[in-house]
Parts: sequence; C-alpha cells; structure tokens
Amino acid sequence: MPATSEIPSVDGMEATIEVTGLRKRFGSTLALDGMSFIVKPGQVTGFVGPNGAGKSTTMRAILGLDAPDQGSALISGQPYPKLRRPLSHIGAMLDAAALQPGRTARNHLLWLAHSQGLSGRRVDEVIERAGLTSAARRKAGGFSLGMRQRLGIAAAMLGDPPVLMFDEPFNGMDPEGIIWMRGYLRSLAADGRAVLVSSHLMSELEDAADHLVVAGRGKVIADTSVAELIAAASGDRVTLRTGSRSEVMTVLAHAGATVAATGRDTLAVSGLTAEQVVARLGESGVGFSEISAHRATLEEAYMELTRDAVEFRAEPAEEEVR
Amino acid sequence: MTATITPYRPPQQAGRDGFAQLLHAEWTKFRTLRGWVIAVVIATLLIGGVGVLLPRGGCPGGGGGCVVPHVPIGPGGAAVNDSYSLAGQPLPGDGSITARVTSLTGLIAPDQNFVGPNGPSNTLSPGLVPWAKAGIIITASTRPGSAYAAMMVTGSHGVRMQYDYTSDIAGLPGSLSVASPRWLRLTRSGDVITGYDSADGRHWTEVGTATLAGLTGTVRAGMFATSPLNFTPNFPTYGEPGGSVSDSVATGAFADADLRGGTPGGRWTGQQVGAEDANYNGAPPSGLGFRQAGGRFRVTGSGDIGPVVAGGVNTNYVTGTIEDHMFGVFIGLLIMIVIAAMFITVEYRRGLIATTLAASPRRGRMLAAKAVVIGLVTFVLGSAAVAVCVIAGSQITHAAGTYVLPVSWLTEARVILGTGAMLAVASALALGIGTVLRRSVVAVAAVIVAIVLPYIIGVTGILSATASEWVLRVTPAAGFAIEQSVPQYQQVLGHYGPPDYFALGPWSGLAVLCAYAAVALGLATWLLRRRDAGGAA
Repeated sequence: MPATSEIPSVDGMEATIEVTGLRKRFGSTLALDGMSFIVKPGQVTGFVGPNGAGKSTTMRAILGLDAPDQGSALISGQPYPKLRRPLSHIGAMLDAAALQPGRTARNHLLWLAHSQGLSGRRVDEVIERAGLTSAARRKAGGFSLGMRQRLGIAAAMLGDPPVLMFDEPFNGMDPEGIIWMRGYLRSLAADGRAVLVSSHLMSELEDAADHLVVAGRGKVIADTSVAELIAAASGDRVTLRTGSRSEVMTVLAHAGATVAATGRDTLAVSGLTAEQVVARLGESGVGFSEISAHRATLEEAYMELTRDAVEFRAEPAEEEVR
Repeated sequence: MTATITPYRPPQQAGRDGFAQLLHAEWTKFRTLRGWVIAVVIATLLIGGVGVLLPRGGCPGGGGGCVVPHVPIGPGGAAVNDSYSLAGQPLPGDGSITARVTSLTGLIAPDQNFVGPNGPSNTLSPGLVPWAKAGIIITASTRPGSAYAAMMVTGSHGVRMQYDYTSDIAGLPGSLSVASPRWLRLTRSGDVITGYDSADGRHWTEVGTATLAGLTGTVRAGMFATSPLNFTPNFPTYGEPGGSVSDSVATGAFADADLRGGTPGGRWTGQQVGAEDANYNGAPPSGLGFRQAGGRFRVTGSGDIGPVVAGGVNTNYVTGTIEDHMFGVFIGLLIMIVIAAMFITVEYRRGLIATTLAASPRRGRMLAAKAVVIGLVTFVLGSAAVAVCVIAGSQITHAAGTYVLPVSWLTEARVILGTGAMLAVASALALGIGTVLRRSVVAVAAVIVAIVLPYIIGVTGILSATASEWVLRVTPAAGFAIEQSVPQYQQVLGHYGPPDYFALGPWSGLAVLCAYAAVALGLATWLLRRRDAGGAA
C-alpha cells in the first residue's frame, strides 16, 4: 500500500495520531526514548513490540494521562487536554479491567456518556454494536476478560470518534472473539477512521493490520506496511526432497544459494526462489522428488526485527556484571 | 495502486462539554453504585433514627412526674429568668431615676452536687456570687419577661448596664465599699433609656443607650436586688454538665434615691417580681424584700434578670436545646466522609481514574464536579435528617418534661441547614484527602484522624478542658460548632462546653472546617494536575 502523500482531514483537522519524539523516564527506567510515528485514517495500524517496549506508555501519553518529559502527541492536530468532548475525537481502550465491579456495564457506559453530554440512547447503540446487549444490565465485576474487552470497545465508540486506539484488545478473547475483533477493526478502518491497535503478538494482527509500527526499547524500530515487512523478511526459503543430496548441494551452492541439510533426503535452500532452483537443477540434470516454497509469516518477520531489540536489551546488564 | 481514503466524518452529535455534563457524569457514577447509595441512606437514617429513638435529657426520675414550667420569654425571644426584689414607683412619661449604692452584701448556701432542681438549703454563710446585682431599673411592667434597662453594681464585675436580658455593657470597674460607693442613673426619653455611672455623684459617665421596644406609657422605675445560683463548673464531660450549684441572696443598700418625672409625692413600694422561689427553694431568710429607714433603703432579693442558658445550671427546671437530639450526626458524618474519600480512591484502586481523566482532561473541573456531587448528596440527606432530629426531637424532649430553650426560626434553619452544610464540607474535605492519598485505607484513616478523632477528644474532654477547647478551635471538628442553637453569655455563669456550647461561634467554627476543605481540595487539584494518572506507587 503506497504512502498517502497528503493526510486527509476532518473539518480542517487531520484525523490522525501524531507522536513526535516522546521521551519518558520512570525513575531509572527509560520507558520512551524518542518514540515517533503517525497513525493515518482509513487503515488499521498495528503497534507491536515486546512487553516493555513502551506501547502502553505511548498510548497513555497520547491520552494525556502521563506527561512526557519531551516530545508531543497530537490527536487530529491538537494535544489531548485541548480537546473539547474528547471522546468524540478519539476513543480509547487502555485497560479493559479498569471497571468498578459493582456497576453494571450499561451504567458504566452511561456515566461516560453523560460526561460528554451524550444520552442513554447512544449507550444502547454501542452496547448493541459491541455484542453486549444480553449482558448490559449485569455487574461488570462478573465479566470475563473477553467481555470486558467488548465493554471497553463500546466505551471507545461512545463518541463515534474518527480516531480509535486499543491496547491489547485481543487479550483474553476466545478464537471466535479474535475473529470478531479483526473484522471489527477492519470495519472501523473501512469507515475511514484511523485505528491504532497494540499487541505483543504479531500473529493476532495478521489479517487485521494494514500498517505496522514496531517498537522496541522505547522507540520505533520499523514503520512499514505489512506487505513491505513480509517482503523484506529474509525468511523466504525453498525446501527440497531429493535422492541425490550432495549433487543438489553442489549445484545450488555454485549458483549462490545457502543450502542446509535438514534430514536424510531433505534440504533447505535460501537465496534462490523456487523457480530459480527448478531451473538450475533442470540445467544440471539433477533430480528431485518434491519442492515447496516457504513464505515468511508476519510472525517470523516480526521476530527477526525485534530479536535485536530484545538481545540489545540484555547487554547493559552484562556489562554491569563485568 | 492508489487508495482513496475518505476520512470518517461523524454525524453531528448533540453532546455538550461543560461543567453540567461533568456533574451529570459524577452523579451517575454515584447513584449507580448500590453500596454507596445504601451507605448514605443508612447514614441519613442513623442521624434521624438516633435522634428520635435515643433521646437525651429528659426529666430526672421519669417523665411522668415532670411538668414543663411556664418560662418567661424576653423581648428577643429567649427564655429568661426574671425574678428580683423591687422598690418601685410608676413613671408615666419621660424622666430619670438616680440612686447611690452604698453596699452590696450577700449570703450563699453550702455547695451541693447538682442533680437537677436544687434541693432545699437553709444554712447560709456570708458571701457574694460574681453576678449578684443591685441597682436601679426601668421596666415596661413587672410581668416577667418585660422589656427593661438597668444600671447595677455586681458581685465581682463592677458596674454594668444591662437591658432586655441578653445585653450587657461594662461601666465603672472595681468593687463597692463604704469609702467608694457608686452613683447610678437611668434617663428615659420615650423608649430610649440611657445609663450613667459616677464615683462621686458629680461627674457622670454615659455607659450605654438602649432602645426598648414596647416601653410605652407608664412604666415602673425603682431599686432592685437579686442574686443568681452560685455555680461552680466542674471539668465538663459530654452531656453531663458537672458542677455544684447553691442558692444565694443579695442585699443592696441605697441612699439618695431620686425619681424625676414620677407621680408627685409618690412612695417606693416593695414588690417581688417573678416567682419568689425561681432560684431560691429553701425557706426565705428573714429580710427578703424591701425596707426603708428615712432616706436609706435596703432591697434583698434572690433570682436573676438574664437569659436562661443550656445545661439547667441557672434554672430550677430541666432545660434542653433543639440540638439535643443530634448525636447521630456524628455517626452519620463518619459514614459520609468514608464514602466521600472512597468516591475517588476506588477509582485509583480500579484504574478507573484513567477513564475518568480521559473523559475529562481538565482535571480540576472533574474534582470540583465530584466535590459538588458528594457535597450536595450529603447536604440534602444530612439536612433532612437533622430537620427530623430538631423538629421531632424537640417534641420528644418536651413530652419528657424538659423545657426546650426557644430559638428563632432563623436559628433553627441555621442549625438544620448549617449542619447539612457541615456534613457537605466535611465530605469535600474527605474527597480532597482521598485524592491526595489515593489509597482507600490510608485516606479513610486520615479523614477519621482529621475530623472524627478531634471531635471525640473535644466533646468527651478525655484530655483536659483546655485541650478540648483548642481541639474544637483549630481542627476540622470546629465545624460542629454550627450545631449550637443558644449563645453563651458573659453575664451568666454556665456550663459552656460541648455539646451545647463550642469554643467558636457557629459560623466561625464552620469557617475553620471550610478552610481545611479548601486547602485539601487545593492541594488535591495541584497534585492531580501534576501527577500522572495512575494509582499510588
């Protein structure tokens, strides 16, 4: 997906999240170290990274809950505290467990609606869209995590905002819920909304995110579309079953590929596409019984990207030991 | 491929973003948590229920034997004592009365433990109680409770001008002796009375002027003497006015009595005003009344001309106040301040504060909305419960044979609404403390230490009387002063301690509590803006 040269705007304001150079230190921990990215409308932006990468802190800074030491976070061009009726500009779910257990789901949404001057009718609409109608008058304390996620999403939708932000919305959801959530996120983007979704598991975002911001150690490691990330991953390889293993290895190594034996009659080839392997072996008259191309998954691409961030994290500790 | 993105345009919504919306939201938060609603309703029922079901006071020895006496009411509406010996003449119009007081002597009965109406005592020994009084008086009539003004010499407070029972102005200081008599003068011009005193009968000093409503036509002018109960307050304890009370008698000796504007050839006539045994239950010693020998006069009296104070220390009947049935306020307050503190601390505990502050990024306004909501809830419920205590409680007290000291409807409204306001301000203080401390247990402990503990120390007097007084002056518990319905009088000895009397006046006490609440909410707002929106570390 090509980058849009111009960010669309709503009412003259950009319907976006713009995070610029956020830095935040908690005691001796540097939680954010120059986090910068833009969330554009009409797509789902995945915000991924290992635990502790600074995703939640960034989201709290966007909502004005935590004040960054440096940098800024703007919603549609404005800092959060300047927003009038903020829930109509951005809806967010940070912590689905943040509920008063004794209050019913509907009443939780009702006070939130009242704070924005919205009526109970709007509450019933978002309850229905989040699939919570049957549980609306039950106390939130008895909700499963999946139901709390749905309640959090209903709360985010109260103000019908053009920008949405969810922190780990897949947590605690059953497979059915995960599929529902993916579809829901896509439908929000299809409305033209800017959607930011964080997750520490890339697999959850498969088939949901269009764009990815990969965070590690408080800053952005990669800011790319999903298609580009997969293409860039070095995980492409070809597996081959053959009775003449040594000949195949010789031919393909000569052609510049890296070949590794993975079994008595199987080989893993990287550096050449499946078509190239078939052509070379055909030219040399070496036989094989089976060939398959293995395309890198989003998960593998992500693991490769974040490996450095995770490993790098361990270094200072080792130095201190020495 | 080029994607054409149509950004989302939300349909126009009718929502508004103002303080009213925040109030609505906080009110919804409050009313949708059943535990909180139940707690404040219980607090309300306790205030009213304790007031109606557990009456304090009442007639010693059972309600059946007591009859509420007929008590004179002064021009200001207060219950008064009005009994004295008078040697008087009619004064049809404007004029003046002058007299020289040559001595003031008295007798005091032995101390007896005060257990209600004082028992008989017969053995009197010489002595003057501090507010024994003898002097000259102009009174609208000799019916008890009439408008009057008087100049007098007192047992140990020098010369005073007093009028209409509650007003008291100091004149010449020092005690009276044969070598140092006092000349006193009252002049009448319509309903305006002016008092003068003099140490030599030539140089006069104006002490004060009083305009007395109802002082029309022929009034009575004369010499009087009276002497209130000898009261020695003990260390005060809650609801138990301790002290010893005994009877006393005072005799004033006068010379050079001169009435201008009176009936020509008029004679001084002795008269007992008010009940003879208003204060003096024993057999009257010989000499009570008025004697004349040539130009010299002796007037001997017992009783008082002044307001009745709470605690029954200057009456021979049992008194109560409209706030006697408000003991439950203290228990209601305890529950309400705990709820008020938890109104915010549970949000920190559950992480809900992040949702609240995301919905209302202007944090000070959010806290203000919370304070208004919890304040209004406690004010409305508290006032309603206190109204029950005052109105039903007074009837219960009356039915039990206790005389409830009358107050104006304004004072009654102040006690009811002021106590409601006290509960509201205390709740706002608790909310502020809760915001600063963020943890329920710590915050609840803090509000109890700040408000409830000082009140207990103050009213039970478990430390010392001085400590109690200061605690009820400088801590948030000073706010309880708003409950007091009858004022203190410097010219009447009384048991001026809780629960009827506080060191500070009603509004001053409430102002102290308000100051604490303002500081707590100010600090809370500052911290709320400065801190990240998380729970306590």
